[in-house]
Amino acid sequence: MSETLDLTKLIFGRLSLEAIPYHEPILVGTFCMVALGGLAAFIAMTYFRLWGPFWRNWVTSIDHKRIGIMYIVLGVVMLLRGFADALMMRAQQALSFGDAHGFLPPHHYDQVFTAHGVIMIFFVAMPLVTGLMNYVVPLQIGARDVAFPFLNNFSFWMTTFGAVLVMASLFIGEFARTGWLAYPPLSGILGSPDVGVDYYIWSLQIAGVGTLLSGVNLIATIVKMRAPGMTLMKMPVFTWTALCTNVLIVVTFPVLTAVLAMLSMDRYVGTNFFTNDLGGNAMMYVNLIWIWGHPEVYILVLPAFGVFSEVVPTFTGKRMFGYTSMVYATVVITVLSYLVWLHHFFTMGSGASVNSFFGITTMIISIPTGAKIFNWLFTMYRGRIRFEVPMLWTVGFMITFVLGGMTGVLLAVPPADFVLHNSLFLIAHFHNVIIGGVVFAMFAGITYWFPKAFGFKLDEFWGKCAFWFWFVGFYFAFMPLYVLGLMGVTRRLSHFEDQSLQIWFVIAAFGGALIALGIGSFLLSIFVAILRRKQYRDVTGDPWNARTLEWSTSSPPPDYNFAFTPVVYDRDAWADMKKAGFVRPLSGFVDIHMPKSTAAGFTIAALSAVMGFALIWQMWLLAGLSFVAMMVAIIKHTFNYNRDFYIKADEVVRTEEERTRLLAQHG
Amino acid sequence: MIPKPLRMLLPASVLLLAGCNTVVMNPSGDIANQQAHLIMVSTLLMLLIIVPVIILTLLFAWRYRASNKEAVYEPEWDHSTSLELVIWGAPLLIIIALGLLTWINTHKLDPFRPLERLDAQRSIPADTKPLEVEVVALDWKWLFIYPEQGIATVNELAAPVDRPIHFRITASSVMNSFYIPALAGQIYAMPGMQSQLNAVINQPGEYKGFSSNYSGAGFSGMHFKFYGLNDADFSQWVAKAKSGGAELARDSYLELRQPTINAPVQYFGKVANDLFAAEVDRCVEPGKMCMSKMAAIDAAGGMGPNTFQVGDRLPFEAPGRRFIKTQECTPQNSAAAVQSLALETPAIGTRE
Repeated sequence: MSETLDLTKLIFGRLSLEAIPYHEPILVGTFCMVALGGLAAFIAMTYFRLWGPFWRNWVTSIDHKRIGIMYIVLGVVMLLRGFADALMMRAQQALSFGDAHGFLPPHHYDQVFTAHGVIMIFFVAMPLVTGLMNYVVPLQIGARDVAFPFLNNFSFWMTTFGAVLVMASLFIGEFARTGWLAYPPLSGILGSPDVGVDYYIWSLQIAGVGTLLSGVNLIATIVKMRAPGMTLMKMPVFTWTALCTNVLIVVTFPVLTAVLAMLSMDRYVGTNFFTNDLGGNAMMYVNLIWIWGHPEVYILVLPAFGVFSEVVPTFTGKRMFGYTSMVYATVVITVLSYLVWLHHFFTMGSGASVNSFFGITTMIISIPTGAKIFNWLFTMYRGRIRFEVPMLWTVGFMITFVLGGMTGVLLAVPPADFVLHNSLFLIAHFHNVIIGGVVFAMFAGITYWFPKAFGFKLDEFWGKCAFWFWFVGFYFAFMPLYVLGLMGVTRRLSHFEDQSLQIWFVIAAFGGALIALGIGSFLLSIFVAILRRKQYRDVTGDPWNARTLEWSTSSPPPDYNFAFTPVVYDRDAWADMKKAGFVRPLSGFVDIHMPKSTAAGFTIAALSAVMGFALIWQMWLLAGLSFVAMMVAIIKHTFNYNRDFYIKADEVVRTEEERTRLLAQHG
Repeated sequence: MIPKPLRMLLPASVLLLAGCNTVVMNPSGDIANQQAHLIMVSTLLMLLIIVPVIILTLLFAWRYRASNKEAVYEPEWDHSTSLELVIWGAPLLIIIALGLLTWINTHKLDPFRPLERLDAQRSIPADTKPLEVEVVALDWKWLFIYPEQGIATVNELAAPVDRPIHFRITASSVMNSFYIPALAGQIYAMPGMQSQLNAVINQPGEYKGFSSNYSGAGFSGMHFKFYGLNDADFSQWVAKAKSGGAELARDSYLELRQPTINAPVQYFGKVANDLFAAEVDRCVEPGKMCMSKMAAIDAAGGMGPNTFQVGDRLPFEAPGRRFIKTQECTPQNSAAAVQSLALETPAIGTRE
């Protein structure tokens, strides 16, 4: 280095006061709200002396139930952020016509749509799905925790600190202006020299480690820790979908890590993987990112299918129709999801045979998916359907999802894709399947398992409001986008010349407002339920008369989940136990071996976020220090031999007797 | 292929979509027309199964509601081989039909494939040569070069009605997508690569064209007008562009290439004839080595270390853009240059 060592640059890198967006009123307002909210939370936590319990019971907890709940809280919090972005886009597109340019200049608008996509996929859908799997899978297979409890805590904090980095980009610097998959050359150092893409890269790399490890963890859990008697073909369908999803995660996330690593090398050290010059090829990035990106769609939607497969038999009071074909359909989807990635860029101009191949493989996926829909349909047939909130979401899903599936197959026909690609038709399509599939499933799942986690049901009135606002709001928000797509309107525009389009965007914005009410109603259903928790209390542990093992234990389950590991004889193990006149064992309890909480996961993840931040701003000194600190923390953790403890038999006896007393009281 | 009751639905849905004035479903070019037709047929084919599913969902939801004690309740019924056959078989049959349609039409409507007809009724007259247009997606405007006419335009495109057009498409810095919904489907414009599109416009008129792949800050303004003109009007339009005066040579092209937002229409009466090829080969800048040449050198075994001067900045590039500055290269002399360079010259530049 020829220049003299610049101390400021060594410490602060690219970071200077100019990086703080105090000239953007929207961001300043947001910052004030976040700061006030944070301050209020801080004061409340301090006043009620909650920091200690919070640290001991949550931050350092390796209990899969608490981690599952924290994942879902993360997902819901980030949903608010991602949805705020969505509302801003809807408002901008409804206003910005002709001479009016709306309230978001391209510089800001382009960050908003990028952040919306990144947040909704990585920090809303993924945490919600992972959270449900974390909470439910061990309970469904009769296990006491996941296979690697510490890893689980570490995975959660990596995901969370990835989200923290994305949020930091709001107030320090800026986020990427590239679209959610950051295609080069636009995301290369020439197209985006500033920190936005670096925030994108490092937040996804950090969160990606968490996702990958949690995938390994859940596969090991499902493969090795099922209760005796639970053969693969007696596993609940949700656990099956969780297994397939985690296989997808373990196989595909390394591809994402590798492609982002190559992009960062292009940006940091001047390699030329994806540059225009020197033999780089941007289309290689596009291929690689979709080799991850398409299975990612199924990573999200398979557990969603799993949720519906639990909800439908429970609320129809019937065995699942066609369990075997349901399982095979899931596995077929898992395999096929690797063979379709090119349908995201038919317009690259591959030959007709290549395009046809990927188009047809895509269509083939609709066969097992269709079989699943029929399976739910015939589970309803000759059932006794109770239209509680989870079932409403399910019926809403079945109607909405088939429409999204149809437009999806349409987009898989390459010549049709040539006219619809990147249009608002495409936007409508994938929101149709992701909202109609994943989001509806997450609300169904949260409503369904909430009483298991907390011992009381969510408020039904507000739950129904949430469903109807979301359901109707979805159609208002996205049907106009289908029409606009057919009118040849493309995505990611912040300004339009043609005034005649405006009415459609206004309708879509109205739909967005309805969905906002839906989210509000959902939050209210939680708050109201907390206020009336005594009234909504469920002591049986089985409030829905459900069929799988998680409902055989108390709500909330004790730390050890099951005092005795259940033995499984049939699918729908709990329904089978109820039918056979199962009696809770009341004696013979022994000590239970449990893993011990540790702060290592939080510490290592926090240090990795510091390192990510330092790399984003090119603060080399801090990056080096935090890397060393992270390594020290990891090595130190490997020497921690104090990792387990026993829940003594008399404590188990106390817990179980308390439950016996409660059950008798409410007889 | 389409059953009778649905055939009656066809005109109804066409009317419905026409009512919304959707250019995608009512285009003016033959390729786009066939694509629209394919969308319609595929949709109807899929509705064969989608509509029954939705109806059955609502029907079952209503009929088997818990309060309806009349309905049959069979909690243990969970399998039926014949039903399983139907639920796997019916979608399979539809996908087989759709897959065939896809295979045939993907080949027939491949954008790289020269046209075989003007529209459903007319074939191409034997002596017709397609109109050649070279398209460059710049930051953030479109450059159209007409080699045959020797003109170039920015953000305005015209073509004679019923004459096949052959577009060759590239981009200067980031990826875009070249799309005129009334004419034909889109295709990516990628830097350092050339894609192609064959299409024909069948009705005179003014149509919209734009980039349909997000490309940065000026993306929203990256649209142009496409005129379908009869032959006389087209000649007039060419004459107007010719009299536009300015010449598009390499230096003025490099100036034009600088990022601008909402660029006005511009005409160039003269165009350097190797411009498009040089852009695809990424060597418009004076002294920059062409990609093809570099690849040829690499193919011949490369030139060892100290080959390039990395990090030189050219004055028109944004700060932070690193560049390779090398010696002479034009597409014309590249083959000879490769030979001389690869076999004799030890290095093009030296490290400072």
